[in-house]
Amino acid sequence: MVFLIRVQLREDYSNLIFYLSPLVAVALTLFFGSFIFLILELSPIESFKIFFISPISNSYGISELFVKATPLAIIALGLSYCFKNNIYNIGAEGQLTMGAIFGGGIGLLLNDSTSVFLLPTMILFGALGGAFWATIPAILKIKFNTNEILTSLMLTYVALFILDYFVVGPWKDPAGYGLPKSMPFPDAGRLPVLIDGLRVHIGVYFALIICLITYIIYNKTLFGFKLKVTGLSTKASQYAGFKYKNLIFYTFIISGVCAGLAGLFEVSGPIGLLYRDISPNYGFTAIIVAFLGRLNPFGIILSSLLIALTYLGAEDAQLFLKIPSAVGFVFQGLVLFFLLGTDFLNKYKVFIK
Amino acid sequence: MSIELIIGILNIVLISTTPLVFAGIGELVTEKSGVLNLGLEGLMLVGAVTGFITLVITGNYFYSLFLSIISGVILSGIFAFLVLNLMTNQIATGLALTIFGIGLSAMLGKKFGGTPIDGLNPYYFIVISFLLVFFVAYFLSKTKTGLIVRAVGENHNSAYALGYNVIKTRYLTIIFGGVMSSLAGYYISICYAPMWQEGMTAGRGWIALALVVFATWKPWRLLVGAYIFGGVAIMQMNLQAIGVKLPGQFFNMMPYLATIIVLVFISSNKLRLKLSAPSSLNIPFEKNQ
Repeated sequence: MVFLIRVQLREDYSNLIFYLSPLVAVALTLFFGSFIFLILELSPIESFKIFFISPISNSYGISELFVKATPLAIIALGLSYCFKNNIYNIGAEGQLTMGAIFGGGIGLLLNDSTSVFLLPTMILFGALGGAFWATIPAILKIKFNTNEILTSLMLTYVALFILDYFVVGPWKDPAGYGLPKSMPFPDAGRLPVLIDGLRVHIGVYFALIICLITYIIYNKTLFGFKLKVTGLSTKASQYAGFKYKNLIFYTFIISGVCAGLAGLFEVSGPIGLLYRDISPNYGFTAIIVAFLGRLNPFGIILSSLLIALTYLGAEDAQLFLKIPSAVGFVFQGLVLFFLLGTDFLNKYKVFIK
Repeated sequence: MSIELIIGILNIVLISTTPLVFAGIGELVTEKSGVLNLGLEGLMLVGAVTGFITLVITGNYFYSLFLSIISGVILSGIFAFLVLNLMTNQIATGLALTIFGIGLSAMLGKKFGGTPIDGLNPYYFIVISFLLVFFVAYFLSKTKTGLIVRAVGENHNSAYALGYNVIKTRYLTIIFGGVMSSLAGYYISICYAPMWQEGMTAGRGWIALALVVFATWKPWRLLVGAYIFGGVAIMQMNLQAIGVKLPGQFFNMMPYLATIIVLVFISSNKLRLKLSAPSSLNIPFEKNQ
């Protein structure tokens, strides 16, 4: 039997398919994921329970879910500005790292401070650090037409080496048994937790506030309108007289600020000091979160929770199923593959006859 | 410094740089046809682990090399299908491939972590890597097929109008790039290390990506660039051994900084950019347009 598949460009734009395709992608990921568990000679149902349900079956788990989702959501919200504007800032990991270095650096320099202003200063410097690192690809793009994808990516590795330099060099904890980590931040520099005994911190509020602000900017302001028009057609935007270079600059700064905040929240929240691996690839994973959430602020909150679950599930899978926690990356990769694949249905009608 | 020491250092540079040459030359051909594949790191890791596992199970170098190559064909084939047929965003698809590859390789290789193997002699691969650069340089500049690849990368609409099959050309260059990345991974786990460890390519995929830009998409410059990058990394260890007080991280970030500088230099002038970078890089090809 031969199937003839014919595709045709969609003339009508379907909102239903646009918002349904992330769900289809998740379903396909689970379907293929069950094969992976079968290959590993594990029962798929049992494994899925350990992967997706047991991690959030108690208050500690739910708190951890928010701990992981917070940086993902904040970074992805920031990235959505760039992506809407067709600017590919893929260096959020580096901007996060710079935020942690700047903000965390303040916490280490003033490590005997008990002032209530210490934490706000750290947060401010975290945001500045991220913005600073995002300014570089933005200015290079504006002044020299340099490809922002490559520069932001390269700067990520530069930032990681700078962090490495500080934690094995000048900021190394003298009482740290020679380990590559800094002294802990003073209590005044730690992010308050929401519930005693759990790690979920006030970063959650920041994520929600950024989400709301983003929603308002996208739907109620001229800036949001400019982004939307530029994303749909650069030519139309130029015709309308929007200054594309300014848009590049502002969107980069916004995403840098968000990534920097996320980095500072990580180090002054759950981690409490600076060391080499402050982020389990949050900056890159947030790109998946932004796409999965359809660059919609509320969608991003939902997808950040889902992707956070793959981190938690992977940790549980390592404990209880004895499979490497990298299985989480397999799911993240799969879900992005399927999402991008199902996007095809937004643009084209497919006929099988 | 004695002669022996210098020869010793050169030897280490040769051995440690070869994976960059493999992955870089593959990505160069892919990018020349207008496709940016950010999945190198994932492809390398999966190539490394499949080769390693096959060698442990069968004890046969030929099978292990073959399956490592097949892994590259399959994974880059999936990437090609997504970006060419489904016209997905190349950046996102490449990142998905890297994330997927990191996860998959760690899962597959879990049981083989500490297994010892007899490594292959790296010098075969070093010789092959030089021949490969020569072959690619000749292919791109002197053969008709090479010209088609470049035409597709410069302007896919014109190439299509002239009757060249854009999709097929890009399938082939993507798969070539994928196989080269797998070979780079294979070399690392079978010749260089020789062992398997989670995430053992240690960011070489990203350096290879930087290398292609650093070389302004020219094969011979890529070879020179690879040895500069590789040499800097080795020099750092030796300088620290003789007591130079420069932080090692400074050397480690050099390839990335150098690439940014080259990128700024070539893109600040429109003509210069045209002469070096493929114009259709990262632009999806849609027949219907």
